Amino acid sequence: MTNLPGSEDLIVGVGVQDEHAGPPIAEGEAARKIEGRSPWRLAIERLRHDRAAMISLGFIVFVVLIAIFAPLVGVITGHGVFEQFRTTGLSPDGTPVGPSAHFLMGTDDQGRDIMVRIAYGARISMIVAIVATGLTVGIGAVVGLAAGYFGKLLDTILARLVDLLLAIPFLLLAISLASIWHPGLTVVIVVIGILGWASVGRIVRGQVLSIREKEYIEAARSLGAGPWRIIFVDILPNVIAPIIVYTSLLIPVTIVAEASLSFLGVGIPPPTADWGQMISESSAYYANGVWWFLLFPSLALVFTTIAFNILGDGVRDAFDPRGDKLFV
Amino acid sequence: MARFLIRRILLGVLVMWLVTVLVFIIFFIGPGPGAVARTLAGKSATPQIVALVARRLQLDRPAYVQYGHFLWLLLHGNLGYSYYHDQSVNSVIAAAFPITLSLVVGAAIIWVVLGVLSGILSAVRSRSIWDRTFTTLALIFYSIPTFVLGFLLLLVFYYEFTIHGLALVPGSGYVSLTTNPGGWLRSLILPWVTLALVSAATYTRLTRGSMLDVLGDDYIRTARAKGLSERRVIFRHALRSALTPVVTQFGIDVATLFGGAIITEEVFGLPGLGYTAVQSNFQEDLPVVIGVVIVTAAAVVTASIVVDIVYAILDPRVRLH
Repeated sequence: MTNLPGSEDLIVGVGVQDEHAGPPIAEGEAARKIEGRSPWRLAIERLRHDRAAMISLGFIVFVVLIAIFAPLVGVITGHGVFEQFRTTGLSPDGTPVGPSAHFLMGTDDQGRDIMVRIAYGARISMIVAIVATGLTVGIGAVVGLAAGYFGKLLDTILARLVDLLLAIPFLLLAISLASIWHPGLTVVIVVIGILGWASVGRIVRGQVLSIREKEYIEAARSLGAGPWRIIFVDILPNVIAPIIVYTSLLIPVTIVAEASLSFLGVGIPPPTADWGQMISESSAYYANGVWWFLLFPSLALVFTTIAFNILGDGVRDAFDPRGDKLFV
Repeated sequence: MARFLIRRILLGVLVMWLVTVLVFIIFFIGPGPGAVARTLAGKSATPQIVALVARRLQLDRPAYVQYGHFLWLLLHGNLGYSYYHDQSVNSVIAAAFPITLSLVVGAAIIWVVLGVLSGILSAVRSRSIWDRTFTTLALIFYSIPTFVLGFLLLLVFYYEFTIHGLALVPGSGYVSLTTNPGGWLRSLILPWVTLALVSAATYTRLTRGSMLDVLGDDYIRTARAKGLSERRVIFRHALRSALTPVVTQFGIDVATLFGGAIITEEVFGLPGLGYTAVQSNFQEDLPVVIGVVIVTAAAVVTASIVVDIVYAILDPRVRLH
């Protein structure tokens, strides 16, 4: 439904089988069942009709499969992820060799198979995409729910914390933290999690502020429900849609954040295969004409983030068809 | 207005104070007792220097005394001493600042012009081929990490052009404006384009969205009904109010980039503030990292105050909240 001029028609048409929505139902079709569809099903159905989003989803599934079965890529090519081919994988003067039947995407500066390392690099990207985004959203949601519901002092403290986090650029703060902690996957995930929750927190807080005043919350309270029960049973289900939308848009940001940290040398340390780190290492060689070392990891990273962005945009459109799409 | 101003400035001071507390926790508490002087003294520090650092920063005293001393120096504009460079952090930052300034200002001009113009065109000719093209480009440049774009541009415009005898741009490094204006331009053109393209995407979307909102307003219909030319309606009437969110975003972005153009500076070997912070991290020259963090945070906080004030002048309703 991406390119349809009137995406609003869809929701109008679904909610109220209204008079001007197509030809009147013919006698024979009268038996067609009119069934209630939950907002969730509507959203999923809208998403399924979004061709660009579905193609992106397909690509993401492909990347996830590559990540899971990375060792299989190693077995098929016969090249281990750390294996250095000093004779076949390096030219006589010790520089990487280009794509050939033996190394489909060429080799890196240590004579390792770039294709195999890209497959293993997908693991880091996907782990960070899932775990770090989950952590960010988890912290943000809890803080946003608590601040929005309890308000007052807690809300003020949260607001100042958010100001603080926004005052220092992410990478600068991440470098600072990396200078006292030893870099590694866990540190990268934790750093992204602690530094990234602010925007989720603000969105959730805003939603909670309006829901808090609704009658059903008052009803729950008068039935004797405690604050945490109200927050998680009555409020959370109503803010889950914006959380899902934001999460899907946050994933590509997280992937780029990890790649950037690794590129700067404060992320995933070698010899672990990582896209950002590979691009960083390739930078010493592109001026010698070693384009494959730069190009293939870059393409892997760019296609993955584009796919996540298109999917995220589709998810947002599916939940809120009237809202502005980021990308048409 | 005066009350709003005072409140906003006090809030900014509070945030800056929180920044100093955070920095103190990370760098003076984080490494653990006994290790602080070592981490602040730089990679090649001798035991004598480490002892000197410990004495100068009063590291044998309780944490609150250390913090007081740290804050006292900051309030006097003293960002500390880099033992690795053997000069004050103030002069390390002063040397790096013009480079970051050249990079950010040049890029900002390009991205605002690109972003706003493409945004207007997309909104005015909504769903046309232009709109499609710009939104697709916005998607690509929004998704592409800065260092990937930077290296791809280098691969084409530096490597490919140079081996074919067209040495237009250098592969890395900075030439100062005063020594060689032509060299300055050539050393910055690719960094500008890189930073501008990745940032412009946000502005295209922002302008397009708010322009579409505004174009639906009654006063635009009135302006058209008066018989004004479409050009005048768009540039004089619609653009003015459509640009408010763009101005906000711009203020914050520029301030953030003073410390956050790290990636662009790394890719193109421009020794600006971000590059200096990264190098200092590897040289275990942490006073410089602290200095860059503080200066950048001050820039961001100041920018957000300025943006809020501009906003309050433009829209009186803001002052009431």
